Amino acid sequence: MIRTPLRPLARILEARAKGENPDAIERENLRLRHEQMRDQSRSRAEGRLLILGVLFFCAYAAVGARMGVLAASEPHEPRAAASGAAITAQRADITDRNGRILATNLATHSLYAQPPMMIDKERAAKALVAIFPDLKEEKLLEQFTGKRKFLWIKKKISPEQMQLVHDIGDPGLLFGPREMRLYPNGRLAAHVLGGFGFGREGVHSAEVIGTAGVEKAFDDYLRDPANGGQALRLSLDLSVQAATRRVLYGGMKLMNAKGATAVMMDAHTGEIITLVSLPDFDPNDRPRPLLEGDQSDSPLFNRAVQGVYELGSTFKIFTAAQAIELGLANANTLVDADAPMKWGKHKIREFQNKNYGPLLSVTDVIVKSSNVGTAKMALQIGAQRQQDFLRELGFFEATPVELVEAPGAKPLLPQRWADITTITASYGHGLSASPLHLATAYASLLNGGTKVKPTLLAGGRPATGERVVSEQTSAASRDMLRAVVSRGTASFGDVPGYSVGGKTGTADKPKPRGGYYKDKVIATFASVFPTDDPKYVLVVTLDEPEETSGAKPRRTAGWTAVPVAAEIIRRTAPLLGLRPEIEPQPGFGVTLTGN
Amino acid sequence: MTEMVFGTVPMRAGEPVLPRWWRTIDKWTMSCILLLFGVGLLLGLASSPPLAARNGLAPFHYVERQAFFGSVALMAMFLTSMMSPDLVRRLGVMGFFAAFVALALLPVLGTDFGKGAVRWYSFGFASVQPSEFLKPGFIVLAAWLMAANQEVGGPPGKAFSFAIAVVVVGFLAMQPDFGQAALILFSWGVMYFVAGAPILLLIGMAGLTIFGGTVAYHNSEHFARRIDGFLSPDLDPRTQLGYATNAIREGGFFGVGVGEGQVKQSLPDAHTDFIIAVAAEEYGLLLVLAIIMIYAAIVVRSLFRLMKERDPFIRLAGTGLACMFGVQALINMGVAVRLLPAKGMTLPFVSYGGSSLIAGGIAVGMLLAFTRTRPQGEIGDILMRKGR
Repeated sequence: MIRTPLRPLARILEARAKGENPDAIERENLRLRHEQMRDQSRSRAEGRLLILGVLFFCAYAAVGARMGVLAASEPHEPRAAASGAAITAQRADITDRNGRILATNLATHSLYAQPPMMIDKERAAKALVAIFPDLKEEKLLEQFTGKRKFLWIKKKISPEQMQLVHDIGDPGLLFGPREMRLYPNGRLAAHVLGGFGFGREGVHSAEVIGTAGVEKAFDDYLRDPANGGQALRLSLDLSVQAATRRVLYGGMKLMNAKGATAVMMDAHTGEIITLVSLPDFDPNDRPRPLLEGDQSDSPLFNRAVQGVYELGSTFKIFTAAQAIELGLANANTLVDADAPMKWGKHKIREFQNKNYGPLLSVTDVIVKSSNVGTAKMALQIGAQRQQDFLRELGFFEATPVELVEAPGAKPLLPQRWADITTITASYGHGLSASPLHLATAYASLLNGGTKVKPTLLAGGRPATGERVVSEQTSAASRDMLRAVVSRGTASFGDVPGYSVGGKTGTADKPKPRGGYYKDKVIATFASVFPTDDPKYVLVVTLDEPEETSGAKPRRTAGWTAVPVAAEIIRRTAPLLGLRPEIEPQPGFGVTLTGN
Repeated sequence: MTEMVFGTVPMRAGEPVLPRWWRTIDKWTMSCILLLFGVGLLLGLASSPPLAARNGLAPFHYVERQAFFGSVALMAMFLTSMMSPDLVRRLGVMGFFAAFVALALLPVLGTDFGKGAVRWYSFGFASVQPSEFLKPGFIVLAAWLMAANQEVGGPPGKAFSFAIAVVVVGFLAMQPDFGQAALILFSWGVMYFVAGAPILLLIGMAGLTIFGGTVAYHNSEHFARRIDGFLSPDLDPRTQLGYATNAIREGGFFGVGVGEGQVKQSLPDAHTDFIIAVAAEEYGLLLVLAIIMIYAAIVVRSLFRLMKERDPFIRLAGTGLACMFGVQALINMGVAVRLLPAKGMTLPFVSYGGSSLIAGGIAVGMLLAFTRTRPQGEIGDILMRKGR
């Protein structure tokens, strides 16, 4: 833009010539320029004011329109949904393998109070304590008269209790619908199911979340609305579980044991048919964890999964099977079993200082449960190969079963694997594992030799996993185990018609501060049935059993765990659909006679 | 001769004050303001009895106070609107400094009434919020400085006014009172815009505002919670906003009936920040639209009148006052319908509150004074333009 100068020379000269003051020209020009500037800024301001006016008008119109939209829409009852995702209350059921309900939901009510709305607080507190004796009247009254506007009184109440609270008639006592979890079978499968608690809570619903067991392990699945409420089908068989629990409970009492556990597993698929741990609890009313003392004494403790014990002689079959698999021996090879055996400063003895030697066949090592014979075989195998085999059977890792407790129960392994470890490990000492580990390893070894993975979900496919031992080794192992029952330490375990095979194991309990108790044992019987066509593996473990029918208390597995296991098999095998193989009695059928 | 004998006829310098006032005042705007005041009383009758009951006072205690403060405010408005722009400017600037001192002394002498922000002076009978009085004063001062800037050889008024705005905003943010701070910033921005801000700078400022908002969001929990509440797609119906929205829905087009509303029972701020919800519930969309139209009429009409104004100071000050008034109402109502994040802001002239009423009266009086019809030298303009 070309600006006209304030003092145009031509006009200045002209003015000078006329004798006028040239400064007047400058002032006049300045005034004009100033006015021009004001005009310009005014017209700009005019435009901008117009913009502002239109903007304001539009904004007010928007608010008005929004008001109109709101006014035209339907009002909602103010509800207590928290912002964020709504609480999905529907939790899928849990069933056993045949679809029988193990866990389901029940509509119930919670009780809460809004103290500002209460009329007679003292009377309400008194009446509430009469209905719920576990409440404290003073505390209730303090809460009602305090500053609180809202408080939960009971998370879930029965219809009778609800009616009684209704009858108090105080408008400040209110009910919120609740879905709670119900375990209709009570204590059955308590350790598998775990329990529930409430997560986020609102007045109108609350999240039901699993606190233990499969409820917690499959929490996301059970709560996922995408599954359409489809039930979670477990591999457990409810009737077998019930029979097992009943027998095991009786056995635990008879044998004066303080705890017991039984695991039955499909030998081919790894499906857990039964998992019982005693003492147990009612998941509908899950007890609190112990605050002091040994957690393993709590009924919440799942002995089958969380309890890692030295499982004793049940391990011998692994040593024998590996020796056969490696071609170091066959079932009839004679091995040196001269007791006691000296290894450095250690002495390996047999039970009650017997001597089964000098020579025993491999089968007899197992049948008589010879520590020395097993140790000699293990030394032939060597530490490395022994470790590899045990690792393959799953003894070095926590079990991969679908329970939240499982990953926490890692086997206890010796820090370094010296030769003496090789010896003790061969007969199940010096390393601890859970009964579920043992059942899994037995299933892998005896089902024909393929690895199985323990699972609680139904529909497991037959194990086509990697091979652990050959078909022949597996069969030979079963024959040896059958011999243990038919003529060995587990002779009480014979169930007519079901061809039970198994191995006993009696391990002294370790003291918490090192060393072993003389009179406390863990008695285990790991069995497979039927041995000619292996279908199921059963591990029964009794904690501190004492069989007192004789002159001296007997604690060995043969006297304690084996009869219990035999009874379990006798009761459950028909339930599992196994037919007993009864040999025809002589004289049965048609006898041809002459004449 | 006659003069010599009888003395001169007393000459008036101009027209008498009242007739001139009546002739030049913007009667539409003034009527709208009086209407608003009436609506405020009407809604006070509806919204404040529960509060009075809660505080153990007579049911219409707050209505009486509102009427009293309202009369004071109206008197202040009339008085101010009669002043000449120069007088308004002088008093406004003085008022600004007085209010500023009061604001600066708040941390020492103020009370927070248990609301978490020190904003008030308590005088027993009434409490005073200096920031309410600061706003019109600030606008007058800033407009004066900016107008001076437009003169040839004038001071750098835009920069000065900006510096003052920053200081004031700093004090307000310390309380914290982000609502008033935002209003101050907004009114300064609007005046700067009308005074001829370069477009590039405006864009830059918008960016800066967003940045400041982000910083505030991350550093102030109070602030962040409100923004989160706004951004969350579904509304917790137990919040104030939830109740307000529901009240608007309940009201529908014609309302649930006088005195039948429920929202005033549940909302602690029913008589101030959410009074529009009470209006919507009891009187329906009808009254709400009427209120909106009144506000829109005041703002838009004032802006259009200011378009013709030649004096840059009057133009700027009027713009600032009108826009501040308008935007405050806009934010209040925008929050109630969830177009804006929750921000406590009173609805000028309708919400209960002594300080805000009287300060609002003064501000509106100033606006009326600035929008009075004045000779704008159009004739001279036409003649001069012909000459040029």
